[in-house]
Amino acid sequence: MRSLQDSLAGAPTMPLSTGKRPREQRPAPMIFLIVLWLSLLIAVVFLITLIVNIVLEGGSRFGLQLFTEYPASDPDRAGARPAILGSIWVIGVTAVLTIPLGIAAAVHLEEFADKRHWFNRAIELNVQNLAAVPSIVYGLLALAFLTLVGVRDKNIVIGGALALSLLILPVIIIATREAIRAVPSEIRDGSLALGATKWQTTWRQVLPASVPGIATGSILALSRALGEAAPLLLLGALVFVSFDPNGLLSGFTTLPIQIFNWTGRPQEGFHELAAAASIILLMLLLLMNGLAIFIRNRYQKRW
Amino acid sequence: MENTHDSPPVHLHPVQTSQVTATVTRPIMKVNDVDVYYGDFRAVTGVNLEFGLNEITALIGPSGCGKSTLLRSLNRMNDLIDGARVDGEIVFHGENIYGKGVDPIEVRRRIGMVFQKPNPFPKSIYDNIAYGPRVTGMKVDSMDDLVEESLTRAALWDEVKDKLKQSAIGLSGGQQQRLCIARAISVRPDVILMDEPCASLDPIATMRIEDLMHELREQYTIIIVTHNMQQAARVADRTAFFTAQISEGTGARTGVLVEYGTTTQIFEDPKDQRTEDYISGRFG
Repeated sequence: MRSLQDSLAGAPTMPLSTGKRPREQRPAPMIFLIVLWLSLLIAVVFLITLIVNIVLEGGSRFGLQLFTEYPASDPDRAGARPAILGSIWVIGVTAVLTIPLGIAAAVHLEEFADKRHWFNRAIELNVQNLAAVPSIVYGLLALAFLTLVGVRDKNIVIGGALALSLLILPVIIIATREAIRAVPSEIRDGSLALGATKWQTTWRQVLPASVPGIATGSILALSRALGEAAPLLLLGALVFVSFDPNGLLSGFTTLPIQIFNWTGRPQEGFHELAAAASIILLMLLLLMNGLAIFIRNRYQKRW
Repeated sequence: MENTHDSPPVHLHPVQTSQVTATVTRPIMKVNDVDVYYGDFRAVTGVNLEFGLNEITALIGPSGCGKSTLLRSLNRMNDLIDGARVDGEIVFHGENIYGKGVDPIEVRRRIGMVFQKPNPFPKSIYDNIAYGPRVTGMKVDSMDDLVEESLTRAALWDEVKDKLKQSAIGLSGGQQQRLCIARAISVRPDVILMDEPCASLDPIATMRIEDLMHELREQYTIIIVTHNMQQAARVADRTAFFTAQISEGTGARTGVLVEYGTTTQIFEDPKDQRTEDYISGRFG
């Protein structure tokens, strides 16, 4: 056998720098890159403008009073205490209603349902469609349901939670399904080959391994619900609440509704309050999204 | 195109083969006229085989000859694939595992499986072993002892005894595969199926697994699918050669058993021309 050098000796030399392809300097890739940067820039600029604007307008009103006081006709004495508590109540109840239901539905679709059956495929398609339905439609649905079961005052915590649950259930189902699908089939096979039942495999292997994905998806879905006003307005959510919500049947308002209400007032002071309440809402959203990122990075499984 | 290379000579393990007689004297499993289907597609047809107690049987053959499909039918792992179906009988301890009233979960506990890619659970080494006994509700006096025994039998105890609480994902590929073997024997099966267990391992890790198989043979019956003929020659008492038959009408490939015998006979004196062509490296 000839050595590598021998066999290369007679070969014509091929310079690696041909000078023919100054690819990055041609116009099309450059334009493409510029478009990408512009898109990013526009998104970031809008976000920063929004935050700066809110902070400038509402910063002076952002203080303890906002958290402790009830709405009032005088902006100097008004606060968002019931709205903050209302948001916490509604989102809390929504989480309790949706997360178990969403996970159960996703586990059924992913692990137990026969994927070749037309019925399951139809459900799959429709869950995806439901995730894209405008939120106000879910408000209508919740309204109709509450009327049907004979609830007279529909502006109650459980009613709002119901509307928001309908809204985010498809999102949680989709997120959970993706988390479950990310668990390698080898793990299921390994468990089943030991004589574990499908049920045991799901509970002890698949679900624990998909917790990070499920938690992330659920938190992001809840943060979407937190910012919603439309379906709650449809239920007749109160805009002037001077008491703390104290149960499932209690009347309530939430931060987005309070903001909506204050924005519509003529006095400048209320506009500032609306901006200040927006800061709270943004901080809550940031906190929840941060938590989702933390969970994802902290508990992500590597196979 | 014909391969003009001489195939490397195949060396046989001298000790093991001397004990193996031409016919299976103590069969633990029998495959009677088995066809395996995926939907309408017939993957394997007309297989008749017997697996001897405390023997290692290798299933060899070119890709797509249905050997893995058959292996997965032996402990009903194929049930998990939508549309998979087995015709014929697979008799284990005198009972058809596809018979009415047979619990596939119990079949899988009695007939364990080790997969091509090591698949430890994302848990501690200890919990990987304890998982099987826990889920099957095995009566265990001391889980610690069972874990130690299983890891010892899988020749892994000395390497991991100080880090039982650490994640199994941190082990090397070869160690992970031995962990999977330890996990398989923790539920005390009679038979261990191995689906190309060394396919993703380096030669040294492969050698350790092969040595381990010889030790396990004392207590377990092993059925191994391998692409590597030398491996079959090194470890197996008996070898079954499969090939794919291509239908003239549809072009569909169906696996058939060509020849079955002691490993010595298959490699030194194949009766079928196709077996000879395959083991001498002329096709596949």
